[in-house]
Amino acid sequence: MTPRRKRLYALIAIVAGVAVSAAIALKAFNNNMLYFYDPSQVAAGVAPLHKTFRVGGMVTKGSVVRAPGSLEVRFVVTDFQHSVTVSYSGLLPDLFREGQGIIAHGHLKDGMFMADEVLAKHDEKYMPPEVAKSLKPPVARPGAGT
Amino acid sequence: MIPELGEYALILAFVLALAQAVFGLGGAYFQHRSWMEALTPTVTGVWVCMAASFGCLTYAFVTHDFSVAYVANNSNVALPLLYRVAAVWGAHEGSLLLWILILATWALAVALCSSTLPAAFRARVLGVLGLIAVGFLSFTIATSSPFLRLIPAALDGADLNPILQDPALAAHPPILYMGYVGTAVAFAFAVAAMLSGQMDAAWARWTRPWTVMAWLFLTIGIALGSWWAYYELGWGGWWFWDPVENASFMPWLTATALIHSLAVTEAKGLFKSWTLLLAIFAFSLSLLGTFLVRSGVLVSVHAFASDPSRGLFILGLLLFFIVGSLALYAVRASALKTNTGFSLVSRESFLLLNNALLVAAAALILTGTLWPLFMDAFNLGKISVGPPYFNVVFLIPTLPLIALLGVGMHAGWTRAMLGSKRTALIGIAGGAALVAAFVALGCYGSARLLTIVGFTAGFFVIGSSSWFVLHRLLVKQHLKRAAFGMALAHAGVGVLVIGVTGVSAYKVEKDLSLAPGETAQIADYSFEYMGALPVAGPNYDAIEGRVVIRKHDVRVDELTTQKRIFRAQHQPMTQAGISVGWSRDLFVALGEDLGAGKWSMRIQYKPLVRFIWLGALIMALGGLIAVMDRRYRSAAKGA
Repeated sequence: MTPRRKRLYALIAIVAGVAVSAAIALKAFNNNMLYFYDPSQVAAGVAPLHKTFRVGGMVTKGSVVRAPGSLEVRFVVTDFQHSVTVSYSGLLPDLFREGQGIIAHGHLKDGMFMADEVLAKHDEKYMPPEVAKSLKPPVARPGAGT
Repeated sequence: MIPELGEYALILAFVLALAQAVFGLGGAYFQHRSWMEALTPTVTGVWVCMAASFGCLTYAFVTHDFSVAYVANNSNVALPLLYRVAAVWGAHEGSLLLWILILATWALAVALCSSTLPAAFRARVLGVLGLIAVGFLSFTIATSSPFLRLIPAALDGADLNPILQDPALAAHPPILYMGYVGTAVAFAFAVAAMLSGQMDAAWARWTRPWTVMAWLFLTIGIALGSWWAYYELGWGGWWFWDPVENASFMPWLTATALIHSLAVTEAKGLFKSWTLLLAIFAFSLSLLGTFLVRSGVLVSVHAFASDPSRGLFILGLLLFFIVGSLALYAVRASALKTNTGFSLVSRESFLLLNNALLVAAAALILTGTLWPLFMDAFNLGKISVGPPYFNVVFLIPTLPLIALLGVGMHAGWTRAMLGSKRTALIGIAGGAALVAAFVALGCYGSARLLTIVGFTAGFFVIGSSSWFVLHRLLVKQHLKRAAFGMALAHAGVGVLVIGVTGVSAYKVEKDLSLAPGETAQIADYSFEYMGALPVAGPNYDAIEGRVVIRKHDVRVDELTTQKRIFRAQHQPMTQAGISVGWSRDLFVALGEDLGAGKWSMRIQYKPLVRFIWLGALIMALGGLIAVMDRRYRSAAKGA
């Protein structure tokens, strides 16, 4: 093989490698883009039915229900116009509590949001920006914009 | 009084940094010898002022001066001394002060260790560092002074964020910042090179030890952060692809590429313009990291203390330095020409691939990190890009990178074929595959293809690095520190890869609800929950759960895990119990009271997880040894 031809093959191999990698990366990217919806959008049917997404809002006071001794927990997340009931099995983050802004990751099933992950922020004064924006007036936004 | 002195010192530091920039850049431009000679005292002055300012803030924390707003917000009478000192950099204002103090420290080190550099070149390096200090000092003084008074003074402080009250996290920011800010030195060298037109091998030799130093701090800093997240925050995860983690990882990847590209520029005079560009990228990504962490534009579990107006200021600084240096690059780098070529199998081409793959990895992470911002800015929807994206995408460049690493180390410069080494390398690869299969199937009893590939890559890199050292010792009887450090750092990569592979493939995680006396079985271990009792700490109250772990009825360990409620902020926090071992960690974290006498609990089996941080430490140690090579010392003494 002449050096010239060798270089040509190397070039072709690199281009092919980059193309394949780019395709895989794009696919991974598309599959893992998680959209955020607020409870109003979920109520309006904007949120997808068969795809995972994130929903966020304030945990309604008095809405956390747990069967004694069980890891199953249900609570209501609201943007003060509409709300969504979230079902979750597992450990809740330390800062999860009623009246706190949270984000849940999961999918819809029969109108209930089945969460596989629940996130709360470290700082108790903190409100996730998406949640802060999604809360609807006229209710004041407690703790927003820290 | 003391806080005012601190503020005064800060302003004085600003004035002196301005002088440093003018003396440095102006002195070199106008060839004013006296200006350039004034640089060492000026740089020293900036450092002394910053140290004094930092000392004043520390004093305010140690003496509980709650008339200072920043102290009142981040400390408390009951806070132990160690954390009162660590609280200095526990939030935005103080951490910025630390950032600048570290920048001043690097500048001082450059000023003291660069007496052999050409005077004009040295002046430009210090001038650029001065300019960066001016930017950040004006930012601090204008938007984020930590010395603002609180009138009337608070009776007691609001306390440091409880998750920051931890020894590893006390050390994490200073070390990480040493790395972040260290990239500024490489950047300053690059800008000085472009200004002076001296972009040759000598430039690369001067820059290299500084870059390696920055890189090794960055390595240790990231590893510490990951370790902390593992036991304190992440419920046993060691990496989350969180935007703030990415913000520190991208400069690391770029700095790693820069080290390798500098090697080529130093040895062969190749890749010159590329090396300059990488130095710019590394520093830009560090600035971007600061911007992302501080501006609050990204939703992140780590982003403490953020404020959009401050973000705008940092964005301005970011644009100034990036656009300015890239414009300079556009004007100057076109003058660079490379005449020599190199063949396909040579160290040059391996290092070229290394650079391409590392930069690709950084670009893929950057895309995933910034895409949500882009979507939001154009109202295309609120999205987040999850860890699965990063996990898949990161493997694409890194798998070939690790495989090539094991081979590339042995390639000679210019056109050396691997020759006789080829047989040895094939042997090592075969051996690595056998060991990998033995570990995966023999020790853990199952394996997916990716697991075998990961283990093989890890063992191959370790084997190849060890052979590199042995071969040199046996055949050439001489091993330079730089070469040994390089091999050791690469072996560290192998160790890390083994850890990552092991924990990803064989970890077991379970959320359970347990009553006292109940037992859970995970992997080969049984976890018996003994019950929970209240205990009190210095500034928190806690419920402490005890768990006894047995393996085949033999007692292995007894762990305690706490759910702490901090008195000042009423913030709950989980303290995990971890049984540490070479082959595995056992991890128990107390959840919450579920009623009916039961507690929720997360129990995990984490095989080989320690190798992740061990690998990172070995990499850093390798870097340290390489930096101590005689060639750099003689360069410092008079090359």
